[in-house]
Amino acid sequence: MDDTTFLLNGEPRSLAAADPNQSLLRWLRGLRLTGTKEGCGDGDCGACTVALLEPAGPHWRAVNACLLPLGALPGREVWTVEGLASGDRLHPVQQALVDTAGSQCGYCTPGFVMSLAVAHAEGELAGHGCDAAIEGNLCRCTGYRPIRKAAQRLAAEPVAEDGLARRRQGPAAPLAGACLGAFESPTTLADALAAKVARPQAQWIAGATDVGVALSRGERPAGGSIALDRIAELQVLEIGADAVRIGAGVPLARLERELAGVFPALDDLLPWFAARQVKNRATLGGNLGSASPIGDLLPWLLALDAVIELAGPGGRRVQPADGYILGYRKTARQDEELVVAVRVPRHGGIEAGYKVAKRQADDISIVAAVYRIELDDARRVRLARLAYGGVAATPVRARAVEDLLLGREWNADTIETAAQSLEAAFTPLDDHRASAAYRRALCGELFRRFAEERVQRAGGAFLSAKDAKNAKEAS
Amino acid sequence: MKHESARGHVTGSAIYTDEQRVPERVLRLYPVQAKLAHARILGIDASAALAMPGVLHVLTARDVPGVNDTGPILHDEPLIPADEVSYHGQALAWVVAEDEEIARRAAARVRVELEPLPAILSIDAAIAAQRFHLPPSRIVHGDVDAALSAAPHRLSGEVRSGAQDHFYLETHSSWAYVDVDGLVQVTSSTQHPSETQATVAHVLGLPANRVVCRCLRMGGGFGGKETQANAFAALAALAATLTGRPAGIQLPRSLDMQLTGKRHPFLGRFEVGFDDDGRLLGLRADLVSDGGWSCDLSPPVLLRALVHIDNAYHYPAAEITGRIAKTHLPSNTAFRGFGGPQGMLIGEEILDRVARHLGLPPHLVRERNFYAEGQLTPYGQPVDDSEIRPVWDEVRRLAGFDMRWTERAAFNAASTDRKRGLAITPVKFGISFNKTEYNQAGALVHLYTDGSVQLNHGGTEMGQGLHTKMIVVAARSLGIDPARIRVMPTATDKVPNTSATAASSGADMNGQAVRAACETLKARLADVAAARLACAATDIEFADDQARFAGDPARAIGFVDLVRAAYAARVSLSATGYYRTPVIHWDPVALRGHPFYYFAYGAAVAEVEVDGRTGVHRLLRVDIVHDVGHSLAEAIDLGQIEGGFVQGLGWLSCEEVVHGQDGRLLTDAPSTYKIPTVKDVPEAFSVHLHERTKAPRAQVIGGSKAVGEPPLMLALAVREALRDAVAAFGQGGAVELASPATPEAIYRAIRQAQGRPLS
Ligand SMILES: Cc1cc2nc3c(=O)[nH]c(=O)nc-3n(C[C@H](O)[C@H](O)[C@H](O)COP(=O)(O)OP(=O)(O)OC[C@H]3O[C@@H](n4cnc5c(N)ncnc54)[C@H](O)[C@@H]3O)c2cc1C
Ligand code: FES
Ligand code: FES
Repeated sequence: MDDTTFLLNGEPRSLAAADPNQSLLRWLRGLRLTGTKEGCGDGDCGACTVALLEPAGPHWRAVNACLLPLGALPGREVWTVEGLASGDRLHPVQQALVDTAGSQCGYCTPGFVMSLAVAHAEGELAGHGCDAAIEGNLCRCTGYRPIRKAAQRLAAEPVAEDGLARRRQGPAAPLAGACLGAFESPTTLADALAAKVARPQAQWIAGATDVGVALSRGERPAGGSIALDRIAELQVLEIGADAVRIGAGVPLARLERELAGVFPALDDLLPWFAARQVKNRATLGGNLGSASPIGDLLPWLLALDAVIELAGPGGRRVQPADGYILGYRKTARQDEELVVAVRVPRHGGIEAGYKVAKRQADDISIVAAVYRIELDDARRVRLARLAYGGVAATPVRARAVEDLLLGREWNADTIETAAQSLEAAFTPLDDHRASAAYRRALCGELFRRFAEERVQRAGGAFLSAKDAKNAKEAS
Repeated sequence: MKHESARGHVTGSAIYTDEQRVPERVLRLYPVQAKLAHARILGIDASAALAMPGVLHVLTARDVPGVNDTGPILHDEPLIPADEVSYHGQALAWVVAEDEEIARRAAARVRVELEPLPAILSIDAAIAAQRFHLPPSRIVHGDVDAALSAAPHRLSGEVRSGAQDHFYLETHSSWAYVDVDGLVQVTSSTQHPSETQATVAHVLGLPANRVVCRCLRMGGGFGGKETQANAFAALAALAATLTGRPAGIQLPRSLDMQLTGKRHPFLGRFEVGFDDDGRLLGLRADLVSDGGWSCDLSPPVLLRALVHIDNAYHYPAAEITGRIAKTHLPSNTAFRGFGGPQGMLIGEEILDRVARHLGLPPHLVRERNFYAEGQLTPYGQPVDDSEIRPVWDEVRRLAGFDMRWTERAAFNAASTDRKRGLAITPVKFGISFNKTEYNQAGALVHLYTDGSVQLNHGGTEMGQGLHTKMIVVAARSLGIDPARIRVMPTATDKVPNTSATAASSGADMNGQAVRAACETLKARLADVAAARLACAATDIEFADDQARFAGDPARAIGFVDLVRAAYAARVSLSATGYYRTPVIHWDPVALRGHPFYYFAYGAAVAEVEVDGRTGVHRLLRVDIVHDVGHSLAEAIDLGQIEGGFVQGLGWLSCEEVVHGQDGRLLTDAPSTYKIPTVKDVPEAFSVHLHERTKAPRAQVIGGSKAVGEPPLMLALAVREALRDAVAAFGQGGAVELASPATPEAIYRAIRQAQGRPLS
């Protein structure tokens, strides 16, 4: 075993001769391991789904092989569809799909098999888990019903004692550092920053769900890559009484699990952020790194007055989320800096997140909105944060409307005045997702919805943060 | 009966076109694409690309040794254009290189000089410029002018339907090599191997007997691989003949979406006359489809729209005209339903508008207008053996429609910003190719002396379970265990001159051909068995892996022994089978006749909840009853119904093809083009195979009815349910809902219904 080796279906494979920027999918298919299919190469169809072992736990995670550069693999473990059946005996997931007629053309099937095998092994199929496990897999033939049926059957079956399950019971060994060509994977922040000083042209790469799309389309980073997914310090998740500190490298799926119930707006948004395979890799640091105008987490950070912790060769500094984004994909982060963590205060006011897209599951926002309101005892607005994505070149707050709300009594008049002002607050663009007129309308409508659904539901008493907490404890 | 490849699918061992092992490395092709929608080609300079290591050749129009054309009907489709760009993204040259990566980088280095020309990018622009493929087609039935002027009510309107990408999970794929005998061997993800073979031969200037085309299985087709595969196969074959090495194409998703045609968008204008009860009296309709730059299959697609606008409803008089707009967009093509869905969308729009005009419940107006047994369609075919009413009544009862109709009204009365909509719609879909000559099929069956069977037929397998059904047919006919039978890849050297696997006719026609071959073999085997069992051949029956004397089942001979005995007696163990669909005829000039062997029927009930603040909807429940006759394989038929419905749901709701002002496709990846996911499919989704009281009258294989396409149109119930919900936001009157009904389209319709349109 050399240090470019990874385990594929339990067998060591050397990557010494491989291009670190090539996707795992292309590499597998080049070796005639063609069970893993390419349906898009963009992370959107799930035909390429494989299982990747997350060392913490350890846990299996379904990921898109088309987005995973080989450079990220040394020292890791991957399981593909070829590794499931033992001889003539099908894996229970495979048997279930055969029995329910879950395959027609069969091209999507290996991807579904892997998504379900992982979810089954990890005990995630209970409750709404069946749909969540396969929402990132497209099937054009079956209409999904037999596949959902197979998932529901599996949910009731004991987990197979297979290679996946055995490995999962193994030790939780943290990943060592690795280097494949110009693709470095350091294990400490200091090493990462030093690597960047040595190679200023290199790009940071975290979950590779943005970078991987470019790589999959043949783009090549000029100065190599420095991967951040093995740095323990970026994996912290500290849930304090007043704030939560989220490591920049924490996968969003972990946020969804471990922060459930902490931030209402995040609970609202994350189910509509990409699909399982992407969320298993995508990070908050990457969302801040891409700084896309339709990045769904940026409005949330704006609305919650989050603070971003940056580290560079010159040391550390903090930057409020408000002020982090300077222009279209331009941020206050220097190129040699990286995002270490984000501190998100727990305010306790009334907050909610909304996302409207052409297709609600796994689609890019037409408009995303996150609102946070605090009212005083006289039902006057004490604080308002109205943040949007998809309506301008950057995620933005509707400051004029926030100001307009301040001090006003929260009543039907105020709500309607604010909603109408929100409809005129921005000058969004027409594009293939939606027209500007619709986006403008949504800016107001989502606020009306917030007022009806959340503020009203908060008891009509329009509580302040502290009151809300007391009320909750009392009830 | 499970899908014959189910185990292969779930283990990943089922092999598709691009995954075969070949002796040599396969060269890869990558296109040089036009960045204008319409232009004159002034020059192509490939020298920089050719200088790159690993690049073998850059194919241009000059390289075509035969005829530079792949048009299936008109010869208007150059394989590689010589002097004119016809759509944005069109391939003007193809780099042939050692691998895809090199080919792609080399393609970026090919310099193309273009002179821009004005481009026509919409149906409306084509109408304004009077740019059409072919003269108009017109179906005339009765005196429409008289019917309309005598009608107590008349209304007119307009509706548009959008394009749809096939989004088969496996993109187009073809590879070819020239074998030691000089035969061009092509493997292609094609629904029509015979036409692919013919196109390759035509392009290479070879007789058809020098080209063999094979199809293993496809990762979905849906019509998108009916004609569109031909060009990619021809390019691979051309590269292979020029370089002497195997060469292939597997399109990356975005290229597949940019280069291939889609479901035709349609514009429909109509004028309809009706009485106080909503009974239809006359229809004048004018349909224009967007054919794209070349003709492809647009004429038969248009025709199928013209003959399905009536759906299940009788018009005493009708005049239905259709034209095909010629635009500078990719050439639109076959897609499950083949124009039928577009025609029926307009038809259902008309029924709804009539009902709302009169203030009557739409389902009442729909059922009042159902064809009565024997009434004539506008094209002159009687609707007999109709199952519309039984299917409709069955789904209405199973869905609890009447009670839910009231419940939804109560819900809507109590809710201001969320409304529910409920609808029931029927499907009547004609089965057979409109063009009579396509309605034939062949099969070739070999028995081997160990009792195993090789089955060849002209149909291709793309997930619809055709091979599985053919095994069922052969096993039933020969009375043997299906495990003895192996279906071979579809190949033009086994069964020649086949028709496309399309028009839902695959099982009907190939099944009859397979049965004919099996019956021939059986007759020969019966003679052998009769000699052994000392009885008359006519008294031999085949069942349970045996041939036996009908009068005394104990007198039997096992299938393997029988085959060996036949071999020993020097009896041929190989037979062909052939079938042509009876009854049908069609006058292509008058557009009248009896084009369909029979009709398939179904009906669906759908309920939605629409959020008035955003236009986002949830599909709450779907109930379907569909008539498949006596199913050959129930699990497969259910899968076709469910899958077809969800594909229709996508077409009508989230799937939107958008072009930029320059004609560039903006939705060329699943990140921008959204097909339904599992979350779009309701948990409450019940599908029933119609319980027939009588067998279908048509002599269909095993009494089964075609099921590939018709269920797609069941999704019209969702569109009509959405309309019902939108109506609940307004004060009555027509509801203009764009298609696809995206959240924005629904939101706009609501604002319109509320009398405060979104500007
Ligand atoms: C199918 C699919 C669906 C998606 N859906 C959504 C969606 O619904 N909403 C949404 O907002 N996004 C979506 N995305 C985009 C993407 O998943 C997110 O932006 C994600 O947060 C990126 O995280 P990552 O770790 O994968 O970033 P990477 O791809 O690894 O990196 C992205 C960028 O950030 C930089 N970067 C990464 N980490 C750091 C760091 N710690 N410090 C500084 N720079 C850093 C990288 O250099 C790179 O420029 C989707 C992507 C895909 C493929
Ligand atoms: S190939 Fe589609 S998600 Fe990877
Ligand atoms: S079975 Fe064909 S895409 Fe799923």
